[in-house]
Amino acid sequence: MSAVGTGARRRSQATPAGDRRRRRIRTLLIYLLMAVVLVIMLFPFYWMILTSLRSQVDNTSPVPVWFFRPTLENYLNVIRQNNFLAYTWHSLIIATLATGLGLVLGLPAAYSIARYKQNGLAFAILMARLTPYITYLVPWYMAFRALHLIDTYVALTATHLIVGMPLIIWIMISFFEEVPRDLEEAAYVDGASRFGTFTRIVLPLSTPGIVAASILSFIFSWNQFLFSLVLSGPNTKPVPVAVFNFISYGQINFGGLGAAAVLITLPVVLLTLVIQRYIVTGLTMGAVKG
Amino acid sequence: MTERASRFFDRNAQWLFPLPAVLAILILIVGPVLANAYISVHDWFIGATPKYVGLGNFARALSDHRFWAGLKNTFYFTLVAVPVELVLGLGIAVLFNRDFRGKGLVRTIILLPMVATPVAIALIWALMFNPSLGVLNYFLESLGLPRSLWVASAQLAIPSLTIVDVWEWTPMVALILLAALQSVPTELYEAALIDGAGPVQAFRFITLPSIRSAAVIALILRSIDALKTFDIIYVITQGGPGIASETLNVFAFKTGFEFFRAGYAATLLIFLLVAVLGVAVLLNMTRRSPS
Repeated sequence: MSAVGTGARRRSQATPAGDRRRRRIRTLLIYLLMAVVLVIMLFPFYWMILTSLRSQVDNTSPVPVWFFRPTLENYLNVIRQNNFLAYTWHSLIIATLATGLGLVLGLPAAYSIARYKQNGLAFAILMARLTPYITYLVPWYMAFRALHLIDTYVALTATHLIVGMPLIIWIMISFFEEVPRDLEEAAYVDGASRFGTFTRIVLPLSTPGIVAASILSFIFSWNQFLFSLVLSGPNTKPVPVAVFNFISYGQINFGGLGAAAVLITLPVVLLTLVIQRYIVTGLTMGAVKG
Repeated sequence: MTERASRFFDRNAQWLFPLPAVLAILILIVGPVLANAYISVHDWFIGATPKYVGLGNFARALSDHRFWAGLKNTFYFTLVAVPVELVLGLGIAVLFNRDFRGKGLVRTIILLPMVATPVAIALIWALMFNPSLGVLNYFLESLGLPRSLWVASAQLAIPSLTIVDVWEWTPMVALILLAALQSVPTELYEAALIDGAGPVQAFRFITLPSIRSAAVIALILRSIDALKTFDIIYVITQGGPGIASETLNVFAFKTGFEFFRAGYAATLLIFLLVAVLGVAVLLNMTRRSPS
């Protein structure tokens, strides 16, 4: 883009028509490059959907079959044969419980960090983000095993909390910082308690943030693989682990994998549409405002 | 709440508000990290009685070729993926830093790779990498290039996996840098133009310095996460072929949850933790020093 140097500019000023043409070519090139970037980002998703709609014969053809009669057979097979609905249900329960608990614990903590400038606490949460998740997993596994909590929602909710709560805290700190202090002071003068002010004034004013934080926490709990891989079992197995297990079925069923991949990703994509603005804020621990 | 309890709460709000979260952090994070250190000095098969071995596991790691291979793979993966993500991310940020129709839609598309379920992403890339039936080899052939073994080759396993990481995370780097670019005041560019600066100079002396701190944040975040990458590697190659793409993270996982050697796994994780913290601290120092 910076190829047009000062020399080129001086020359082009002599002929306005040439200048216009050059600018048009430049614009065209920029749009072309943008299109290439977007195509690369979308291609795996496109391929995922295509694979899920093709029959096994078409999927295992040595030359990719781009045009074909789409079939829903793969979806039906995944849902019917593989207990997919049960795994979806497990995922839903875990993500909802972990997000709910994350809000109960995280909202007051975020408020406190925002109001009382508790940077030490913010730093502790940052450290949690730095530590490789497996570091917690060895002791967790041993403890949950001793307590007979493997394959229970208690173990999965508690561990998924570590994924969601930091996201909730980072997003909410900036929301709570924006709540005008005058409103809180006025409530104290009227005799409200700190806790009452928090629940009746601060929280309602921060509803958009709470919605965004909840959805982000839900998405990342839904996506979580490692904790569930070790701590879940037949009663609590969530979708990502179930889909991972599909691979070990011997013969690779391309269409089935594609359909399963689409089914896990779809809810995430829909939720992303709702909270786009906050995703980068959450992922960068508040360092970047979306 | 009774009057007294309410007054007690008001006086101690500062530490009562964060108390539940702090307890959760102590139980679920600080406790396990300390427990991990305790486990690491034991020969401890999960389910069996632990035996204290001092630094035996650490000595064992240092003479274990699989540990060194894992350490090498961890840094190989990170050192290839992260610089590529920064360069491409900067290019994409500059490219999209303009007004065009469909901005909202484009933003959503850019977000998709980083929010999509990693297991699903890994599966679809595994299918695309497939040496005989994968679409990537079809593309190579269409371009007149030789077919590749991708993740099935010991030499190409890590580079292939970095392609997935680059695809997944370049968008985040781009969005971080795009946010920074948009906060550069346009007057700066106008002033530079009046002073006779060309686009290259404007980029070098205005754009780059203004997004420097954002770029360092992106660098730190990406480096930390790349060192810890698990899902994609474990789903696509499980560290294979052989141990060609086995990172420290994956090796520790297998040690702990496939071979059930908790003591040695804990030791490996301490090495990984030290590596991650070391890189984070080192990179954070570049943030403070002026150049």
